[in-house]
Amino acid sequence: MAQIVLQDVDKIYAGGVKAVDALSLEIRDGEFMVLVGPSGCGKSTALRMIAGLEDISGGTVSIGERVVNDLAPKDRDIAMVFQNYALYPHMTVEDNLAFGLKLRGTPKPEIKKRVADAAKMLGLEPYLKRKPAALSGGQRQRVAMGRAIVREPQAFLMDEPLSNLDAKLRVSMRASLNQLHERLGVTTVYVTHDQVEAMTLGDRVCVLRDGKLQQVDTPQRLFDAPVNLFVAGFIGSPSMNFVTAKLERDGVSFAGFKLPVPADVFETKPGLSGYAGKEIILGIRPSDFEDAAHAKPDWALIDVTSTVTEELGSEINVIFAIDAPPVEHKDTLALAKDATEGEEEETAIPLLDNKALWTARVNARSRVRPGQSLELAIDTHSMHFFDPESGLAIGHPDTPRV
Amino acid sequence: MTAFSAARAPARALSWVSKGFVQIVLLGIAIFWLLPTLGLFVASLRSEADNTNTGWWTVFTKPAELTVSNYQKLLSGGGFTASFWNTIWITVPATLLVVLIASLAAYAFAWVDFPGRDWVFLVVVGLLVVPIQVALIPVARLYGLIGIFGSIPGVVLFHVAFGLPFAIFLLRNFFMGIPRELLEAARIDGCGDLTIFFRVVLPLGKPAIASLGIFQFMWVWNDLLVSLVFANTDSQPMTKALQAQMRQFGANIDVLAPGAFLSLIVPLVVFFAFQRHFVQGLLAGSVK
Repeated sequence: MAQIVLQDVDKIYAGGVKAVDALSLEIRDGEFMVLVGPSGCGKSTALRMIAGLEDISGGTVSIGERVVNDLAPKDRDIAMVFQNYALYPHMTVEDNLAFGLKLRGTPKPEIKKRVADAAKMLGLEPYLKRKPAALSGGQRQRVAMGRAIVREPQAFLMDEPLSNLDAKLRVSMRASLNQLHERLGVTTVYVTHDQVEAMTLGDRVCVLRDGKLQQVDTPQRLFDAPVNLFVAGFIGSPSMNFVTAKLERDGVSFAGFKLPVPADVFETKPGLSGYAGKEIILGIRPSDFEDAAHAKPDWALIDVTSTVTEELGSEINVIFAIDAPPVEHKDTLALAKDATEGEEEETAIPLLDNKALWTARVNARSRVRPGQSLELAIDTHSMHFFDPESGLAIGHPDTPRV
Repeated sequence: MTAFSAARAPARALSWVSKGFVQIVLLGIAIFWLLPTLGLFVASLRSEADNTNTGWWTVFTKPAELTVSNYQKLLSGGGFTASFWNTIWITVPATLLVVLIASLAAYAFAWVDFPGRDWVFLVVVGLLVVPIQVALIPVARLYGLIGIFGSIPGVVLFHVAFGLPFAIFLLRNFFMGIPRELLEAARIDGCGDLTIFFRVVLPLGKPAIASLGIFQFMWVWNDLLVSLVFANTDSQPMTKALQAQMRQFGANIDVLAPGAFLSLIVPLVVFFAFQRHFVQGLLAGSVK
């Protein structure tokens, strides 16, 4: 167990492509740190630099007080779990688990004990004599994890290990991973593009974009206090609704609505009052809406017409158009690009006559139907305000490198 | 018998008959294919006079005329058993060396990053184009200079040189199919380059290496041209020995036929021994 410190780490590929840009991150001893971000943001590259599978172009990586820049992967005392398992197909499960230990000259009884313990922990005992070809995806993933566990390393590095599993299996493996971390307490660095995984697994989550660190914080703080438009739109599903609005001391107006801004909001967000009379980007999370019939009395009310409703059983997502264009900021465009996986023709910013589509999450008891008009209540204490040029959250204590 | 299985009986009978029909057709094709070999085998068991006078199929009416005298004559001649060992001494090293060097080279070309790698590989592939005949005279001169002309090492080296380009090409492409993550996992587990080669790449390369081994073995075992040029009488393999005999007595089946069958035994054994390593899907289950 050890802390991992990245100090101004760069990765520059031939041709000048900067995959990781001056990344500084401190992962505490025993922490479960998740690196999350859209495809191509440098999270896997950063992980591979910690592992030693990629050369470090600049900066230092330290594992447990020791700078490991020039150390081979096998000398860094780390273990890695790959997205596509990377099991040795010509060896049995037992041999797969024991391989790393054998190479290090671990005495045979010790190997037997560790393999048996890991197999018990992961429920692999019935499969020890099988070869990987005879296992299911979930079983193979557990063997890959077992291979990391038997090594008893200072840190686990996991590169999207659950991405190849089906949805239900992913959910149960997430729970297993949580349990495993509780039990073993090993420092873990986990890469994923799935923000739900990030939120459920991480002690802290680090959001990356284009190789740069956006924000590193606990999942709850990332959700409640995103530092810029990108983090705000990336974390949370369905994602935050944005609109360009005009801020006044008595309220914020957009698309024919005017929402009062409570006094304590101005107090908790220093600098916000400086934007009075100016345009800002307003962000409201779908979960901060409610059907007025079931909402708290002091919430602000707006009338909308729903275009689509998604009934999920436990709640209803109401999608409605507002009389304002979608926000065109490099951050929101980056989020849209990620949502459509980079295809130029389509755009995920929903357009309806150049009107933005917003999503509100309401109680399942609400009787809203598509095409119906609905009175929505908004929790104005949870509104987010962003500078329209920089995209930074107004009044946020941290400043990222954008 | 219940009504259910009674209804199925005709269906089962039909499938048995159709399967039987397929078996018969396959058997027929197999016999047709083996006919020339069978004919040659029978001819090897008949005396020279019988072979010149009548066709080999007449032996079915006169089984008594079968004799092993041809084999005895060939084996007691002395020269033939010596040439059998020469063939072994030429073929086995030629095969082993090609497999070993080519697999090491292929691993380097596939997974080790070194400057000029792609250019060197292009040269190796380019060498595939060179025909043996072009190299015969220059290499003969070279062997004369260093004094190995006519010896077994000379023949072996020539075979190795001409076997390597194809072998490297084949194995390198196969090794490139090994998923990168597998090698990275091995590196993290603690393997250096050589350990990865012996414990991960070679076991996974078994199908390709086995096929390569068999091809190279067959090619060298049956080769006549290279041994004609580079082997003298002491170091000649069976192919050259049989051909030498042939020149003395003319086209005589009673020497060639037993020679061919004696020469056939070892490659057959090798083939059947390595055949099971052709198992496809060896990488199944390794990665998603």
